[in-house]
Amino acid sequence: MTRSRVAAALLFALLGTAAVLFGDRPTGDSGDAPQIAADIADPVARGAYLALAANCRGCHTARGGAAYAGGRAIPTPFGTFYAPNITPDDDTGIGRWDADDFWRALHEGRDDDGDPLYPVFPYTHYTKLTRRDADAMFAYLRSLPAERRENRGHALRFPYDQRWMLAGWRALFFTPGVYAADADRDAQWNRGAYLVQGLGHCGACHEARNALGAIRSREHPAGGIVLDWYAPALDVAREAGLYDWTHEQAVALLRDGQANGASTLGPMAEVVHDSLQHLETEDLDAMVTYLQALPARDPAPSPPAPATDATIAASRERGGVLYRDHCADCHGRRAEGRPPAAPALVGNRALTMDNAVNPIRVVLYGGFAPGTHAVPEPFGMPPFSAELDDQQIADILNWLRRDSAAAAVRDYDVRRQRTGPLW
Amino acid sequence: MKAALRLLAAVVLTAACAPARAELDTMAQRMRACETCHGDHGRATPDGYFPRIAGKPAGYLYAQLLDFRSGHRQHAQMAYLLDRQTPAYLMRMAAYFATLDLPYPAPPVPQAPPAVLARGAALVRDGDPGRILPACTDCHGAALTGLQPAVPGLLGLPQDYLAAQLGAWRSGTRKAREPDCMATIARRLDAGDIEAVSAWLAAQPLPRDAHAPAGEVHGTLHCGSLEPAR
Repeated sequence: MTRSRVAAALLFALLGTAAVLFGDRPTGDSGDAPQIAADIADPVARGAYLALAANCRGCHTARGGAAYAGGRAIPTPFGTFYAPNITPDDDTGIGRWDADDFWRALHEGRDDDGDPLYPVFPYTHYTKLTRRDADAMFAYLRSLPAERRENRGHALRFPYDQRWMLAGWRALFFTPGVYAADADRDAQWNRGAYLVQGLGHCGACHEARNALGAIRSREHPAGGIVLDWYAPALDVAREAGLYDWTHEQAVALLRDGQANGASTLGPMAEVVHDSLQHLETEDLDAMVTYLQALPARDPAPSPPAPATDATIAASRERGGVLYRDHCADCHGRRAEGRPPAAPALVGNRALTMDNAVNPIRVVLYGGFAPGTHAVPEPFGMPPFSAELDDQQIADILNWLRRDSAAAAVRDYDVRRQRTGPLW
Repeated sequence: MKAALRLLAAVVLTAACAPARAELDTMAQRMRACETCHGDHGRATPDGYFPRIAGKPAGYLYAQLLDFRSGHRQHAQMAYLLDRQTPAYLMRMAAYFATLDLPYPAPPVPQAPPAVLARGAALVRDGDPGRILPACTDCHGAALTGLQPAVPGLLGLPQDYLAAQLGAWRSGTRKAREPDCMATIARRLDAGDIEAVSAWLAAQPLPRDAHAPAGEVHGTLHCGSLEPAR
């Protein structure tokens, strides 16, 4: 355990005690939030669309298990969470909940007994939803077949397994409040903000979290490591910022899973496949409008290109040779790409980003872009985990990153990615 | 003049690139993601674990792709590759590999002692009625090249792969649709049986036509895997 972890844990405990004594802050409400899927009159059908946009099913369904019946393991730095059953089964699901209980979970982050929920359930985002939307989602979940599936207890490390301490976390990092429209912005921007900040809970992955698992946008607004992938920052042009993209390209990336030489992979491919590709165009338009209007942040200026020591130079040189043997056939001799089969790697943000976790995982585990309505038969990258060793993968990436300021990749960076579940 | 030249260059470049683009837009190119493990065109690698997928019946392959996604077959890498694809694409992948007709290399020289190989041969051909063990040939075809559309061939596979699959079936980490006849059979095998059967199968050369013929399964067990995969 690092010193900062110990300090964090102590702080966590102290605040827990304080907040148990003094309680949470009050909740707010707002009547001017955007109306999503307003044309669908039936609350169950509307709720189905909202649940799709929030991709509830993604976390609340285990591999091969009944939809929404829970059980999927969610690894975090605090331990592994197991998503609960949210089908209307009386004993193992939310069959005994009423709409108020559901509202309290989404809006206040409390379960039906009033106990605080772990923020791995993104109520920090769902608190922005309107009561009307929460009720529709609840109506939809009530309409599902009741699946009997016992919830599995979370496997958390001390002190995070002390749920009462969440009170402290909440006092610090959580203020309930329905989305309040920004009168200075148009309806489309507000709709996008509601979708991105609330329903779509994009920030749950794309904003950095502090040692206590709270999103720390203001101070450290970089992307974050989630599910072993690096979720790049949405407001940084050289990460996932969409500033240099046309509106249509950005919509296509969210809807089709690939556009403008970029593909979604890892957890984002799941989001596209399970959720975004099914959304109405006006909702995707709104999200893109909001994302492109995010105040662009130039993060800590790129570190000066590190002085190339002999080790790195040698690594790059080996990498160039390995690249020709293993990669050039598909990606081209100069890594210029061979569309539609393989994207250009020269100038590819996924490679030049400072954090090398994603390219390491792509080389290790390969992957297909998501199969979507627009791209039903995507091309795939082969996994190289059996064929290349840690140093070889680092060498190839160092060669590909040679013109960027990004830090050198070391063999241990690759080794670290060889274990753990795949997303 | 400059503009005309530029236009000409653009036309020439487009013409030069267009066939390359079409050339790449094939199922073979899409399936290159499978080749680092399953070998060129899915013909298996000499590494000794990954199975050949070329030429196996499409129905069988499709069912395996679905099983990796549902967890009936547990392989994190396979599940990761397949999770976000449509069933129609998975079916196309299965059909693509099923139609490939590639020569098999000669099988490796068996390392197992003759007595073990003899035990394997007997179990494969005759089963063991005393233990209600059917012969492999009852369901996997007299030539052991499988049966259309859903029974896989058992030849041309590495011994480690065969032994691992029988072991996984016996322990329940690999499952087929219920009633799971292969699980029933595997639970009647002991470790010696598995070693003998996999050693003998891995040492057999393939007949010239290694495709699975149409035919009837002669087993007495009912197999859910023979129903078309959904």
